[in-house]
Amino acid sequence: MFGAVISGYAILDGFDLGAGALHLFLKKEQSRRIALNAIGPLWDGNEVWLVIGGGALFAGFPVAYAAIFSAFYVPFMIFMMGIIFRAVAIEFRSKEQMAWWRRTWDIVYCVSCIVIALSLGLMLGNVAYGLPLNEHKEFAGNSYSFFHPFTILVSITTLALFMTHGALFLTMKTENRLYAKLHILANNFTVFFVLSFVFTTLYTLLYVPHLSDYFKSHPAIFIIPIIMILAIANIPRQVKKGKFRYAFISSSITIALLLIMVAIEVFPNLLYSVSAPQNSITIHNAASSAKTMKILLIIALIGTPLVAIYTSFVFWTFKGKVKLDEASY
Amino acid sequence: MDVEVLSRIQFAFTIAFHYIYPPLSIGLGLLLVVFEGMYLKTGNKLYEQITRFWIKIFALIFGIGVATGIIMEFEFGTNWATYSKYVGDIFGSALAAEGIFAFALESGFLGILIFGWHRVTRVVHFISCIMVFLGSMFSAIWIVVANSWQQTPAGFHIVGEGMEARAEITDFWAMVFNPSSVDRLIHVWIAAFLAGAFLVLSVNAWYILKKKHLEIARPSFKIALLVATLCSLAQLFAGHRSAEGVSINQPAKLAAFEGHYDSSAKADMFLLGYVNQKNKTTHGISVPGGLSFLIHGNFNEPVTGLNAIKAEDRPKQVNAIFQFYHLMIAVGVAMIVLTLYACIQWRRKKLFDQRWLMIVFVLSVLLPQMGNQAGWFAAEMGRQPWVVYGLLRTSDALSKSVTANQVLFSLIMFMVVYLLLFILFLYLLNKKIQHGPVDYGTKEQIEEGSKRDNPIMSH
Repeated sequence: MFGAVISGYAILDGFDLGAGALHLFLKKEQSRRIALNAIGPLWDGNEVWLVIGGGALFAGFPVAYAAIFSAFYVPFMIFMMGIIFRAVAIEFRSKEQMAWWRRTWDIVYCVSCIVIALSLGLMLGNVAYGLPLNEHKEFAGNSYSFFHPFTILVSITTLALFMTHGALFLTMKTENRLYAKLHILANNFTVFFVLSFVFTTLYTLLYVPHLSDYFKSHPAIFIIPIIMILAIANIPRQVKKGKFRYAFISSSITIALLLIMVAIEVFPNLLYSVSAPQNSITIHNAASSAKTMKILLIIALIGTPLVAIYTSFVFWTFKGKVKLDEASY
Repeated sequence: MDVEVLSRIQFAFTIAFHYIYPPLSIGLGLLLVVFEGMYLKTGNKLYEQITRFWIKIFALIFGIGVATGIIMEFEFGTNWATYSKYVGDIFGSALAAEGIFAFALESGFLGILIFGWHRVTRVVHFISCIMVFLGSMFSAIWIVVANSWQQTPAGFHIVGEGMEARAEITDFWAMVFNPSSVDRLIHVWIAAFLAGAFLVLSVNAWYILKKKHLEIARPSFKIALLVATLCSLAQLFAGHRSAEGVSINQPAKLAAFEGHYDSSAKADMFLLGYVNQKNKTTHGISVPGGLSFLIHGNFNEPVTGLNAIKAEDRPKQVNAIFQFYHLMIAVGVAMIVLTLYACIQWRRKKLFDQRWLMIVFVLSVLLPQMGNQAGWFAAEMGRQPWVVYGLLRTSDALSKSVTANQVLFSLIMFMVVYLLLFILFLYLLNKKIQHGPVDYGTKEQIEEGSKRDNPIMSH
């Protein structure tokens, strides 16, 4: 369930973060406004998944929640600054006409989206790679423990994927010349993503053996990376055809499968201890009581359909191409 | 300074800053429902303008509330890892429920509220408005439940020992309806309505003083005054119920509220005063036996004092708690006096004639804010030295792997960023207020730009 929430967050917030990260590639005030308003009514709702994910991790696996966030203290604080500044930049940018005001907020917005994407990727990379943990299942490394070629590659791949995803989303929302420009951008980001993905995969296979063990012992699971590669290959194919909706679905599937892959690689650990494997946090030793799991399941069973219904209602309300009006950013 | 002190300062600072905004969203949400309801009922364009104006301000407040609120959810994990492990089984479900039932509702429909004027019908827009308001109310439920559980834990049992000890849930509904949650929730809700109502009062009083937008300012002022009067009076009872709850569940906190040390003596109720923590005496203007009367209905009945509680289980900053508590009460009384006086003037049809009254109302926006902050500081400091009352000490709740330097770094970062945020917030709020509840300019020439012939890559 937690996995589903995280995938939901990554797919939904992935496109608005990606749209933000490529913001500075758009040159005209008009283009930037359209891009902002494409995600304007939606990003807030998407960020909800982050809150739900945090709550679910807190409730479901308190030991993991405690270890992960206290371990990632500094990267997490920077991530949160990104969250604050992005929200503020979207809100404040349109409030003044001055060019310098808008340019400043454009930069703040774009940089904070990149920072959020990179730090999410960095944390994902570290969760996949593992961290030094002591016998109390607490973090026992220092600030440099996070930076490692593998985690940096994952971080960049995440950014690239989000940017592709964001560009595809914007192509669905724009018209005319801005649309043509985004078409080109979507192409470039796809190339960027495929390159970084290939590098990361090679590196994983060569240097991070504990991540591929599970695949070697369970060959049936190879179906997942195969589907993922097909989904990735489908992105440029659909972009070429101009079918951005399908390309967007493909990139959504890619995000979900990428996270599922990490989950399978890590399983049954939640946080692998690189210093001493017996200190790893697993889904067994970190889980809450059965009672809480049942309560969470009930909450999810009632809540998720409700959220799904009105989220689709909101998306439906704002379907189609963006038109600016007096309520716009 | 050590990690504990720094982490407490950081938590207090970030939560206090955050808590400027949620009460305003809840209170404004209520008024938006009233305003838009009036519009729907009467069809009067005036109410549409009022609604649109306050939605813009709502969006600004909500945005900062969300950004600062997300920090809070993760700060438990970053700074209070041991606490998180201890309470995750219980606290976590409340937070997850808040996210999925409340916050999702609020943020989802907010998009329609702000951007949906042309895309949905009036009725759907009004329903969205109600949903946003309900979302903010539900949010308060789960957060107050989680906090109340820390004050009066219920529906759980302790598993494990020492470092591995943690609370596991045994009864979900007993946890939700723990002894203090209902009283405190009502207290918090009403305080939030007051925050929203006084913001509306303040802005409209300023328009009336400046003789601007009078046709809009006067009816808005009257509606908000009605809400404010009812809520100020209701708060008297809600606050009293909360204090009664404290006297039963957290005697040490109540004793600190009134600076009451000697258990064998009757307890006074102070209007003003200070606590001499060294000599364990409290001086000031008081109603002798007032506290005894409020709790037991008898002026001479003794009340448990701080001396009866073990030194290590007592809150330390008694004077600060005393002052915060009395500031909150003073603010509550001031709001009752002010709103009742204004209502009398309204009946005599002189409401808008007295300049000084309008000036007081312009400033009155600070009253509920002070009351909210002071009330929470009293409640949270009064809970010390426990983070979970009677179960887990604050000093044991920290993250073991976080160093003082890291916390200092993040604390300074928060202070700088929040200061900047606050300045920007005031600047934009002021700008929106100056602009006033009038139509927002002509539509910009959107199509113009895209028709011109220029290379694709320049877009």
